[in-house]
Amino acid sequence: MKIVLRNIHKQGYKGDIESYLKEQGYTALKKALTLSPSQIIEEVKKARLLGRGGAGFPCGVKWEFVYREKEFPKYVVCNADEGEPGTFKDRLILENDPHLLIEAMIICGFAIGAEEGFIYLRGEYFKAYQILERALEEARSKGFLGEHILNSNFSFHIRLYRGAGAYICGEETALLDSLEGKKGQSRVKPPFPTFVGFKNKPTVLNNVETFANITQILLNGGEWFAQIGSSHSPGTKLYCLSGDVKKPGVYELPTNISLNQLIEEFGGGVEGELKAVLPGGVSSSLLTPDKLDVIMDYFHLQEVGSMLGSGAVIVINKDRCMVDLAKRCAEFFDYESCGKCVPCREGTKRAREILVNITRGKGELKDLELLKELAEVMFDTSRCGLGQSALNPVRSSIEKFSQEFEEHILKKRCPLGICSLC
Amino acid sequence: MKDFVSLTINGQKVKVLKGTTLFEAAKQVNINIPHLCFHEGLSLYGACRICVVEIEGRARLEPSCTTLAEEGMVVRTNTWRVRRARRMIVELLLANHPEDCFTCERNQSCELRELAYDLGVRELRFKKGRKYHYPLDLSSPAVIRDPNKCIQCSRCIRVCLEIQGVGAIDFVNRGGRTQVLTFFNKGLNNVECSNCGQCILACPTGALREKREVDEVWKAISDPKKFTIVQTAPAVRAAIGEEFGLPPGTLVTGKMVSALRRLGFDRVFDTQFSADLTIVEEAHELIERIEGKGILPMITSCSPGWIKYIEHFFPQCLEHLSTCKSPQQMFGALAKTYYAQKIDIPPEDMYVVSIMPCTAKKFEARREEMKASGFRDVDAVLTTREAARMIKEAGIDFVNLEDEDFDEPLGISTGAGVIFGATGGVMEAALRTAYELLTKKELKEIEFKQVRGMQGIKKAEVLINGLKLKVAVAHGLSNARILLEEVKEGRSPYHFIEIMACPGGCLGGGGQPLPTNLKVREARANALYREDRNKGIRKSHQNPALIMLYKEFLGKPLSDKAHHLLHTSYVSRGLGN
Repeated sequence: MKIVLRNIHKQGYKGDIESYLKEQGYTALKKALTLSPSQIIEEVKKARLLGRGGAGFPCGVKWEFVYREKEFPKYVVCNADEGEPGTFKDRLILENDPHLLIEAMIICGFAIGAEEGFIYLRGEYFKAYQILERALEEARSKGFLGEHILNSNFSFHIRLYRGAGAYICGEETALLDSLEGKKGQSRVKPPFPTFVGFKNKPTVLNNVETFANITQILLNGGEWFAQIGSSHSPGTKLYCLSGDVKKPGVYELPTNISLNQLIEEFGGGVEGELKAVLPGGVSSSLLTPDKLDVIMDYFHLQEVGSMLGSGAVIVINKDRCMVDLAKRCAEFFDYESCGKCVPCREGTKRAREILVNITRGKGELKDLELLKELAEVMFDTSRCGLGQSALNPVRSSIEKFSQEFEEHILKKRCPLGICSLC
Repeated sequence: MKDFVSLTINGQKVKVLKGTTLFEAAKQVNINIPHLCFHEGLSLYGACRICVVEIEGRARLEPSCTTLAEEGMVVRTNTWRVRRARRMIVELLLANHPEDCFTCERNQSCELRELAYDLGVRELRFKKGRKYHYPLDLSSPAVIRDPNKCIQCSRCIRVCLEIQGVGAIDFVNRGGRTQVLTFFNKGLNNVECSNCGQCILACPTGALREKREVDEVWKAISDPKKFTIVQTAPAVRAAIGEEFGLPPGTLVTGKMVSALRRLGFDRVFDTQFSADLTIVEEAHELIERIEGKGILPMITSCSPGWIKYIEHFFPQCLEHLSTCKSPQQMFGALAKTYYAQKIDIPPEDMYVVSIMPCTAKKFEARREEMKASGFRDVDAVLTTREAARMIKEAGIDFVNLEDEDFDEPLGISTGAGVIFGATGGVMEAALRTAYELLTKKELKEIEFKQVRGMQGIKKAEVLINGLKLKVAVAHGLSNARILLEEVKEGRSPYHFIEIMACPGGCLGGGGQPLPTNLKVREARANALYREDRNKGIRKSHQNPALIMLYKEFLGKPLSDKAHHLLHTSYVSRGLGN
């Protein structure tokens, strides 16, 4: 079942406007223009499409919130700042099927009453930038974008904005600040961007993959979509499979797939012997092999104490040292914390220091308790998702692989010879 | 009653207006939630996370400063989880903080130290690892920045931008490398900083402080060749008592004089004397401008923070400034000329110290223009805080001192000089004198209450000899900006404008004791107005020492000699200079 990648997987599909038009391109937009905004929103709500950026908020509800707001202008913003380590799905869409995103954003604009949209693109995605620039121009020249779209009264413009390399700008409110030309730092929530978003106006902010589902939902109906995959979070998901797996890559699969199926049937199995999986990138908690049966949707992963996040499934085999892995995750967040709130700014710094010390044979047993407490306090008090979940892999690796940590601390020995303990 | 919401805080029912934060709601049941980045009068920032509370049904703790009270909310401010989080956040801050509390300027007024104590942090579990050794910003003669002590609460940034409209500092870099810096790290003295020192009052730690001149003053006092003269600004006497545990608003003029004499100053004089002089010169200048069709509105020039601000942000409006020097500088110029001659001491052997509520005065004293006597008119400027430190260092039991009087003649002043220290005071003092000069009649109602108080901009109209004199008063530079935009665009309806850089006027200056908040400012203002009422003479031009000064030395107001010694010119700085 392919929804998002249905074009990309076709032989000879080039992603330009000609190819796109051959594959029902912009027919969803034409259909949308014959519907009322509330009919479109109703369809998206019926689909029960959950936001694919990681938070899993119902997309139709979000659109409806903004539609009902009386403040104008309203904005559509696409979060294409794909920065989560192990995530590379949006890039696939951006580089190979840009019109799928553009069409959906136009439809969204029509549905919520916006005339302007922004694509906030990860700064490093330069190829995608060039492709999007061209695609936007194509859409404009064909009359799908700009003034009086398809001779209707509806006008919509999309601007492309490149980020400057900060991971935090993938967080929606930090993204908005950055888009406004400020330093990218999270805002106080509530109010949520649906009410007070870009330039303090009501804003729909969706991930690339979320938007990429919209045209098919409109063409085939929300009920059709809602029957696909798991009942909790219907549809398909782009899983980014990486790490110690035979066939890494992006896999679009119905959300009722199990982790085991994903790795074995599609990923060709584990490279070596399975030790653990990070099912939702470096902000998620580790899963051990006994949890392989988990269904890969938002609900079920949460039930086993982890999360789906953006769908970055990182497979870890027994040649990997968990202390080293925890340290690397902590280093990443220390580097990427925006620095605004104390628990995240100072907490990631200290977590990194403690873990570096352990890998150097300078750790103490009480450090592990301190790290766990720090993880809990950071979850409790950090301003945004970055700090709240930053120590998830650290905490879960201490909980699930405590003997490895203790060996580093008590015997000053890395069982796998990875950490340079001296 | 749909404008109210009811909630429960720690088991107690509270009813608050819709839109009230949990932080404010908690106060209604006598709960003070600890906090760091929250600061009176500034926008909400929600970054320190010290003020977190537990809300039933929420997965995480929420900051009480930014969370609004909702109907039926059940809030707990003192649970194990809350206490654990607060303690750990303080621990995290301390893990990154220099351990030099013993020698820190803010040892007695550090909010971080106080929090650590109050919240029961008795162990630092995070080992000191990566720490930063940033260089200090020593460029400014007024304000020193120590980035190593900065906890990035943004209070200085917010006060500079929101209250003062300057924006001399902001965050640079990301994460643990974040720093508060000036534009391109050029240093406070090389950007648009007004030296007002409001950032010092806002800072919870020792990251911002005045440039200390205590040791230079000690040296001069103990140098037998130096004849040391000290002058004290009006706002100091209404505040310095706070440094010795007296409640805000305690007037300690007599104790202050006696303490300064005990420190070893040869003469203890009063800046209020030269404040009276400023009024007389300024009132004459105003009349000259009104009658001679000079540039109006005329704007006061006694607040050096304000002067630097206008030089940067409104250089095209400099001609509106009164050419009068500030009282501090008038005093210095006269001490080293008039008074030096009078007591026959060579001015090069004189050392003039001023005690000011102000950090910008340190900059002003160093301005090139301020050498009318042929020497630097004022040699050292101490803030109220620095003066208090000297008194403590000397072991003087300030609270129990007997009152003493200022020395004569430069210690004689009127009630008009006293109120200089409060916003609106210069205006009121000038009106008292201008009225009598213009009408040649006695002013009966001498209190101009319209220009008093803490409202940001105050306006009044006074009928003098058929002329409807329109005046305005602003304090805090953001308010000044509003009046200056009008001046710049040529649509200002006023004849005379008083501007003070600091909220509340000098009594809320950047050199005053901590804390300086609205309540404290009001108490200090009341003290000054009380002193005014107790003075026998309340109009500057009736100051007998002043009348003698004109007779013996200056001739008359705006004379050539007065111009040379008491008036000045300004520098067009513009932005980025």
